[in-house]
Amino acid sequence: MSEVKMTSLQRVLTTLGHQEPDRVPLFLLLTMHGAKELGLSIKDYFSRAENVVEGQLRLREKYRHDCYYSFFYGPIEVEAWGGDVIYVEDGPPNSGRPFIRDAAQIKSLVAPDINVPCLRKVLEATASIKATMPDEAPIIGTVMSPFSLPAMQMGFPAYLNLIYEQRDLFWELMEINEEFCVQWANAQIEAGATAICYFDPVSSPTIIGRDDYLKTGYEISQRTIARINGPTATHFASGIGLPIIDDVAKTGTAVVSASALEPLATVKSSCRSKLTVLGNLNGIEMARWTPEQADDKVKSAIAAAGAGGGFILSDNHGEIPWQVSDEVLLAISDAVHRWGTYPLSI
Amino acid sequence: MEKILDQFQQALLSMDRLEARRILENFNPEQDAMQCVEEIVVPVLERIGDLWEQGQLPLAQIYMSGRICEELVDRYLPPASPQRMDQPNMAIVILEDYHTLGKFIIHSTLRASGIEIQDFGTLDIESLIHKVIANNIKILLVSVLMFSSANHIKELCNRLKQEHPTTRVIVGGAPFRFDSQLWQQVGADAVGTNTAEAIQETFKMIEALT
Repeated sequence: MSEVKMTSLQRVLTTLGHQEPDRVPLFLLLTMHGAKELGLSIKDYFSRAENVVEGQLRLREKYRHDCYYSFFYGPIEVEAWGGDVIYVEDGPPNSGRPFIRDAAQIKSLVAPDINVPCLRKVLEATASIKATMPDEAPIIGTVMSPFSLPAMQMGFPAYLNLIYEQRDLFWELMEINEEFCVQWANAQIEAGATAICYFDPVSSPTIIGRDDYLKTGYEISQRTIARINGPTATHFASGIGLPIIDDVAKTGTAVVSASALEPLATVKSSCRSKLTVLGNLNGIEMARWTPEQADDKVKSAIAAAGAGGGFILSDNHGEIPWQVSDEVLLAISDAVHRWGTYPLSI
Repeated sequence: MEKILDQFQQALLSMDRLEARRILENFNPEQDAMQCVEEIVVPVLERIGDLWEQGQLPLAQIYMSGRICEELVDRYLPPASPQRMDQPNMAIVILEDYHTLGKFIIHSTLRASGIEIQDFGTLDIESLIHKVIANNIKILLVSVLMFSSANHIKELCNRLKQEHPTTRVIVGGAPFRFDSQLWQQVGADAVGTNTAEAIQETFKMIEALT
């Protein structure tokens, strides 16, 4: 334990080294709440990099948490490939109708340039946050894993058919996606991102069995993560990870998400000294928590996983719903500051 | 019988269509297709759904099992089969997004269980209300992935209560797995958080309405 108050970056690096920092780091993975802070619609907010920079700076100051999150919205990569994005007033932008309508299209598929306007906005926001707050707190960039992106590129049922029934075409798509993913991740690192959140929900045992994972998502992660020029956090976006923790550790990632549907203490003990655990507050339930419930949930999570470092408290999905109130977010932050100070007394 | 169920389950989980078909053919579905569905297909799909709920099977295998069963059952119980018709008008829909996996799984599973159900695809609330009324839908299954879409079901249920009050709504999808109270908050009549539960709730509702 350090008796001197650490910066957010020092706090996170210490816990990643499986040591106890001054307190448990808190990642409030807020995206749309920046629009609330600026009084903008979600669509307007994400239309300009400057809005997201201002939103992220205000959110961190308000909630005293430990990262900047340069993630705009899930389907931004699909948008780069020419796919549609659907905006709603009270939720994250969503992917429209898949743009690969027939698996045969994979044969002629070409990955987009990283400099397309939608991705450029993310790089500009990342660089601007980095210039404003250098090295005070980590900036978390995001990519969709090559293995999980097709759920949006071609739709989940068609993608499962591809995995199980057209393995040659599947590998052709993976080759294209891997190259894009590496370029996109490294562009964000170059712009100033400290680490990359590697969203890979399809690799979760919630979606695919371990035997199939080892022949697909695992191999792909090993190759892709090795080429990303910075640390990565593998995120299953609410999916469970416990049955494949040892495999995930071998992909070269530093952090793994925990689902609200799996026991946090067990995940932590399985990850000890191999992976830092990120999670696992239930973002859906969070929308109806009272401040007292928020305090209780944070206290329980820290009690389950805080000891010894190697733990970052966050929601379990990688994006806090629009419906979660400021009051609850403040209660979560207060609770981390109250219960998360090392040495832990809970 | 238990041995047949185990063999059929194993064939589905291995994605072995030929073996699954051989097991059903040995049961002689030409004589009584519905008996074959009720005694083999439905129990095995329920078992597989339960195994997913317990975290012992991945969603990909649930999807492939449902698809194989749907193909097999369609051979013996085609869509126009009179045995499928003795039920209230039913439909399944995705509200507002294009994440179709959950709907595909439930649609396949219900059709493989001998139930005929219309697939409304992806619709917004306004278009869905029109289709429910036009088709006199009595049981509507609504699948969502996004939390915001789950919250919009409240408006759907309120509108249906006013404009077509005989429609019963069963909801499903990820948000309902993460908050066990959400289905009641949005005013649904039932929830299916996995395939087994969705089948059971649908059968219960069919029984109550017939």
